[in-house]
Amino acid sequence: MTTETDAPKTNISPEMKAAVGREIGRKVSFPISESDIRRWAIAIYYPQEPPRLFWDAEYAKGTVHGGIVAPEEFNPFAWMTANGFERTSTTGTVDGDYLESSLGIKGPGLKFMLNGSLETDYGVRMRPGDVITSVMRLHSYTEREGRLGLMLFGTTEDTWTNQKGELVKKSRNMVIRY
Amino acid sequence: MAQRTLDVGTELPVFTRATGLANWNRYAAVNSEFVPIHMDDEAGKAAGMGGAFGMGNLQWSYLHALVRSWIGDEGRIVNFSCQFRSPNVKGQTVEAHGKVVGVRDEGGEKLVDLEIWTIANGETVLAPGKATVAL
Repeated sequence: MTTETDAPKTNISPEMKAAVGREIGRKVSFPISESDIRRWAIAIYYPQEPPRLFWDAEYAKGTVHGGIVAPEEFNPFAWMTANGFERTSTTGTVDGDYLESSLGIKGPGLKFMLNGSLETDYGVRMRPGDVITSVMRLHSYTEREGRLGLMLFGTTEDTWTNQKGELVKKSRNMVIRY
Repeated sequence: MAQRTLDVGTELPVFTRATGLANWNRYAAVNSEFVPIHMDDEAGKAAGMGGAFGMGNLQWSYLHALVRSWIGDEGRIVNFSCQFRSPNVKGQTVEAHGKVVGVRDEGGEKLVDLEIWTIANGETVLAPGKATVAL
């Protein structure tokens, strides 16, 4: 006999299922500066000196790249994009329904979020002066019981191109919510 | 071109970092990632962890740093993936490791498949993954 308490639980609503494949958003970066690249490299390699390819223009000129390039995983969208200032939380909390809010649908209202996995195919390198466009789509939802309860796995696919239309990277990021 | 051994089983030179707020705050500053669980022990505990813990994306960067150092400026990362399995908590020493698992010629390039992972204090695997590089 099935009772209400042992009926299957899910956090994936029909509205969420229907949204799979939809564009979540697109953003355009400000032109990447040498300083953006340098600071990123300093943060990643701290406390050691980062590789000269990321900050020494003379050195970088003599490499196969012909100039400074950004580390492959560099984020040109940090702080602010050319789309305008994005309001951030004033309470220090993160919106657990960030994905569904971006799609204009109701989210599952889960409290915690963790980065689950990331996979990326790389194209051309990012360089100073580049303007990067990101187009993000909802790739999939899955869920299963975990140590901390019913876990929701939401995967997004993010495609970045530069101002010449060249592919910079295509990434799939899975975020766990519970 | 840098000299390196491409035999299956070859291990990459390890990339090591002592981790804590000094690293995480710098990463938060460049990635605009000011999330309470990465800055505040109480928020980390409320999320079911022992305290504040590092960003998964920083493990991702450490793995890239490992692979970049091995392939040199001439090498190219074709693809890269990892899972974020365990939190990087304060005071851990994190090592990024890599090992050659395959070598093939494709489209005029030598492609090398790597198994990569970060491990905390030599015992807890944090971020296992894979990469393919072109040399």
